[in-house]
Amino acid sequence: MNANEIHDRIKDHFPEGVVEFKSEAAVDPFIVVRPELIRDIASFISSDPDLKFDYLMSLSGMDFNDGNLGVVYHLFSMEKRHRIVLKAKLPKGEAQIPSVESIWKSANWHEREAFDLFGIVFQGHPDLRRILLPDDWEGHPLRKDYKAQEYYRGMKVPY
Amino acid sequence: MAELRTEEMVLNMGPQHPSTHGVLRVELVVDGEVVVDAIPHIGYLHRCFEKHAEVMSYQQIVPYCDRMDYLGSMNNDHAYVLGVEKLLNIQVPERVEYIRVIMAEFQRIASHLVSVGTYGLDIGAFTPFLFCFRDREMILDLFEMTCGARLLYNYMWPGGLSHDLPPGFVEKARAFIKHFRPAIKELNELLSYNEIFVKRTANVGVLPADIAINYGASGPTLRGSGVKWDLRKCEPYSVYDKFNWDIVVGTGEMGTLGDCWDRYMVKVWEMEQSLRIIEQALDTLPEGDVHAAIPKRVRPPVGEVYVRSESPRGELAYYIVSDGSQKPYRVKGRAPSFSNLSLLPEISRGYLIADMIAIIGSVDITLGDVDR
Repeated sequence: MNANEIHDRIKDHFPEGVVEFKSEAAVDPFIVVRPELIRDIASFISSDPDLKFDYLMSLSGMDFNDGNLGVVYHLFSMEKRHRIVLKAKLPKGEAQIPSVESIWKSANWHEREAFDLFGIVFQGHPDLRRILLPDDWEGHPLRKDYKAQEYYRGMKVPY
Repeated sequence: MAELRTEEMVLNMGPQHPSTHGVLRVELVVDGEVVVDAIPHIGYLHRCFEKHAEVMSYQQIVPYCDRMDYLGSMNNDHAYVLGVEKLLNIQVPERVEYIRVIMAEFQRIASHLVSVGTYGLDIGAFTPFLFCFRDREMILDLFEMTCGARLLYNYMWPGGLSHDLPPGFVEKARAFIKHFRPAIKELNELLSYNEIFVKRTANVGVLPADIAINYGASGPTLRGSGVKWDLRKCEPYSVYDKFNWDIVVGTGEMGTLGDCWDRYMVKVWEMEQSLRIIEQALDTLPEGDVHAAIPKRVRPPVGEVYVRSESPRGELAYYIVSDGSQKPYRVKGRAPSFSNLSLLPEISRGYLIADMIAIIGSVDITLGDVDR
């Protein structure tokens, strides 16, 4: 299936869920979906016999720099050999989104990474801890408005 | 005896254990000698690749890509420059892509040699490790004569290469292939089919295919479970579609499909396939100027690209977002080791502590790749 067909199939089942679709986006087409529906959509596209997205290639946090954070899902189907990109936008003050860990286990660590570096909270994640940075680090470095802390355990941070 | 009450105990493996292939800490919950759970703790080698990438131009990021998976530097560069070129929408001369493929495949062999050699070391076979490193040195010599560096090359640039092949490279490369084919046989006799080695690795750490896919596993870890999936063949990039070679998968020859031995053996067979690709590329190497397509200024239009490639460890991808300036808005490295390591608890439960060494080694992670 190509991106247009995949979009139509998702739109049929979640008429409210799709916010935006860019088929002409430079290089990779993507679908913007409503964040609160992400787990339902994920569960649908992973089990639907025509879509069968069984492989979550990558899950990235994003700071869109317009007051929104976001999560980008790069999905692939091993069986159907097609791919799609899903995006969800979250307001910075309240960056929460349901976890898709129960559908794709690979999301477990990727969501922890997005939590660690962007401060996005994944609701229903079984073990949401920092993964790359120390547990007592302050702030989320990949946010565009991030300021490094002055000292970390007595060591000067900015160099 | 069966009714004897036992208590669970927490045991730390690492972060400096010699057989953890880098600074990894695994928190083991054990019941006697049986592993009940294994929780990897990572981040010891986090070097903020993605944060650095925000403040640098596209060309300046290449040396940082080198350092992601420091055993597969050429492959890292390859994926990244393919992504930038896709964003820029430029075509590079065919010679450039051929040389890139030759380098990437040599790097794959070098990386697998480290993996295979140290795996033997983990399990107690010292000699194969020396043999592997002797052969790897020859590949590093080839890299050194090409670009001056042995480990971190900064060789592939968006649009081209830093240097063309030096005189004598092709002959030396052919001499290596001639030397290395029998060396693989020797390795098999010495290690792969060694009875002790097989006893330690067969039927250990069995990974079923569906779990591997669900965890986003890729590379030899996925192929070891019998999944015929290799991006070089299934989603051909660069010039891989021009060569004739086969995907190798685990078969459960020594025990169960998807065990440590299968994952190990896939790497050994893959080296043979890489030789085939290099041979064909050397035979058909086109002429051309490797600097012709290098842009003076790299300034891609607004857009984003997710470019995947097959590194020695699996699916290495870069998600590059451009805002139209000379610096990328965001670069995310999707590291194969990261996803492969996340399934460690799944393949450790129920095995013995001693098996953990075999299991961690078989997944073949580079901690630089995991932590970025």
